[in-house]
Amino acid sequence: MPDMSAAPAVPSGESARRAAHAPRGFLRKQVFSLDHKVIGKQYLDLALAAVVTGMVLSWLMRFHLGFPDTAIPGLEKLAPNAAAGGIMTPELYLSLMTMHGTLMVFFVLTTAPFAGFGNFVLPLQIGAEDMAFPRFNMMSFWVTFVAFLVLIAAFFVPQGPPLSGWTAYAPLSAIGKDAGPGQGTGQTLWVISIALFCVGQLLGSLNFIATTLDLRTRGMTFSRLPFSTWAWFITAVMALIAFSVLLPACVLLLLDRVAGTSFFIPAGLVASDRLQPHAGGSPLLWQHLFWFFGHPEVYIAILPGFGIISQILPVFARKPLLGPRVFVACLIAIAFLSYTVWGHHMFLSGMNPVSATLFSVPTLIITIPATIVTLLWIGTVYGARLRFTTAALFCLGFISVFVTGGISGFFLAQPSIDTYLHGTYFVVGHFHFVMGVAAMFGIFAGAYFWFPKMYGRMLDERLGKLHFVLTLIGVYCIFMPMHWLGLAGNVRRYSAFTDEYMQGSLPLHRFITIAALFTGAAQLIFFFNLIWSRWRGSPAPANPWQATTLEWSVSSPPPPDNFGRAGAPPVSHGPDEYGVAGPGGDYVMQAAPPQPATA
Amino acid sequence: MGKLFAAIVVVVTLVSTAVFLSHAWWMPADISVLGVGIDRQMTETMISSGVLFVISQLVLAAFVWRYSERGDGRPIRIFPGGAAPMVVGATLLVGAEIAVLSLVGSKVWGGIFLSRPDPHALQVDVQAEQFAFYFRYPGRDGRFGTAHPELVDDASENFFGLDPANDTTARDDIVSASLVIPVNRPVLLSLHAKDVGHSFYVPALRIQQDFVPGLVIPIHFTATKITKQEIVCTQLCGLGHYNMRAFMEVMPEKQFEQWLEEQAPQ
Repeated sequence: MPDMSAAPAVPSGESARRAAHAPRGFLRKQVFSLDHKVIGKQYLDLALAAVVTGMVLSWLMRFHLGFPDTAIPGLEKLAPNAAAGGIMTPELYLSLMTMHGTLMVFFVLTTAPFAGFGNFVLPLQIGAEDMAFPRFNMMSFWVTFVAFLVLIAAFFVPQGPPLSGWTAYAPLSAIGKDAGPGQGTGQTLWVISIALFCVGQLLGSLNFIATTLDLRTRGMTFSRLPFSTWAWFITAVMALIAFSVLLPACVLLLLDRVAGTSFFIPAGLVASDRLQPHAGGSPLLWQHLFWFFGHPEVYIAILPGFGIISQILPVFARKPLLGPRVFVACLIAIAFLSYTVWGHHMFLSGMNPVSATLFSVPTLIITIPATIVTLLWIGTVYGARLRFTTAALFCLGFISVFVTGGISGFFLAQPSIDTYLHGTYFVVGHFHFVMGVAAMFGIFAGAYFWFPKMYGRMLDERLGKLHFVLTLIGVYCIFMPMHWLGLAGNVRRYSAFTDEYMQGSLPLHRFITIAALFTGAAQLIFFFNLIWSRWRGSPAPANPWQATTLEWSVSSPPPPDNFGRAGAPPVSHGPDEYGVAGPGGDYVMQAAPPQPATA
Repeated sequence: MGKLFAAIVVVVTLVSTAVFLSHAWWMPADISVLGVGIDRQMTETMISSGVLFVISQLVLAAFVWRYSERGDGRPIRIFPGGAAPMVVGATLLVGAEIAVLSLVGSKVWGGIFLSRPDPHALQVDVQAEQFAFYFRYPGRDGRFGTAHPELVDDASENFFGLDPANDTTARDDIVSASLVIPVNRPVLLSLHAKDVGHSFYVPALRIQQDFVPGLVIPIHFTATKITKQEIVCTQLCGLGHYNMRAFMEVMPEKQFEQWLEEQAPQ
């Protein structure tokens, strides 16, 4: 890890100017705020709205799969044409699936761990007063918010939301309403929403990079950078590249839909008995562009979780992270390799079969740094003095589910096995564990850990632990059986299983549905805790966890300018000096004065 | 809480492993020449990954059980040797596993997708469309008629857009809603899509391949058992995706020839 010298902190003159021009009024302070802390919380609130919507959609889908002949109360009123008698049509099922995937991947798994926690915590952790470009930061959130509204608008257009999945494969997504219900206005709104989302993330990631490089306080060298900040920084570099590719891809798809171009549509297609007026395009081009974004996106969702876990685990293990430099090197290796593996989503797409082997090798190699990181976490637990707070439990749960999801990736990385498992529930189980559940556990760990800093109140720990235990059991009951379904050849993205050979899977589907509803209900405990504790939780001290990083050296919540007029204190210590004799106990804060040299 | 966490992880690990080992939900019996290699690869991956899964989860559970805060002032302990043994161990162990699986796996993959089809293979042209598969045999002349997209008309059952009035090679083409093939004879399918992306998946054959509009994708195999299997679509293609299926009938050579005769246009 390079021991680069830190940039100077924000000059005190700038700090004084900002203090003199502190925003007043509700709109400037809480809505169109330039404060990274407010923007971070706005992102998290947006993610909360998205995750509630996405989760309700998954309940409806799972209920339909488990109990296809049972009416869902109230569904007919919501969708009279698509759910006559309370039973959803196949197209409604696919629309819910598409919206579930899009909401979760973009508006939850990207928004919460990266844009949400990153915005709130990163400037505090490096001793900055704000992000480098506060106006870009505000714009980033509001563009993302508009993207969310545009996506949600698809629920209300004639023929409903799109049904082509979160991957929007062309030409299903490109030829318009001839491809089926939802592929008209609904799909157009989807494309516009994702393009806007890309703009928001590009603005955000530029900000993260500039802030980390330029606004570190005195002494905050790269070797003293907290692990969560490392992860957000690396994620920002990845996001900058990934969303730069998805944005033009979405523009091209939009042009195919509305301007008669043929980037992704070949000649000679006949849909809805109509010869399509296109020629010369390539459906595989969309797949390449999408997955060049899509696979790094998996790591954009999970790397912040890596950072959060590596930041929080040492706090509650009361010992430093094992191999900090190795950890950062692994993050960089994973980020680099993630751009070499996109073709593993396309083994069976008809691309040259030789390239499948070439894409398979880096896909397997990426498991080496991922395995090392996992071992570092397990090695950190060894010889620890674990304090089982809810945040710590979610860190430990993260390790367990990440191991499970990572190992099932071994199967799918091999083209010769993917030829059987591709397109089955095995894939659904795999990616839900590794980028869904693991990333969510990272978000939960971050929420229980930083909530006191955000709102000045503690989340209830008893409710938190109950939430953790039920969620851990629940996610295993949902997603482990999906691997068994996949082994039996059960195809994903089916609204009903009418094939004879899939009939043996139906009891397992019913079990998964019950587990999903049970686990969903357990999340109500979390939502209640969030709302109740925001106003009624016990007051949080500045450093309730006896943590070392700079955000814990200021009050909870921090003042508007973070560190006051004097700016952040200089940093003299690493981010995880635990298990040592310090002035406040078994830890030394990063901002503590340097220890006198011993003779 | 630590002990509860450890107990949950142990139970989940043991129950999951037991279900995998029981084969309660598993691949259907293989009916193809190339499936043997895929099954072997699956079993080897299952064993090596399964061992890693069980060891990782149990070690995590054991450490969490053992190293909780007890308030006894016990000092922390650093993992013996630090991070270096983990880096070396993971790189060697996982690296070796990757090398073996890649070498063996690429042979299996190459056998399916990189090998040349038998020159005497039965050729079948397969068209996928929302939400059906159609199979075309070349007829007595051994040649397929040219497909014309502008002539495609499902209502008059001209699924491939053939022009028998002007194209003599199209006159004896046989179009079927089922894939009928002889046992133990190599088959070469040419996959193409009429409208959007689809996929060809027969679990018992261990074969899955996308249909990509604009491309004709060859795939070949040999079925070794007389059987009737479902062909399902695994590429999201629209509202009827769940219901897009056809049947593959594998029959003795003589019966197959008789079937072809019966299907020939009069």
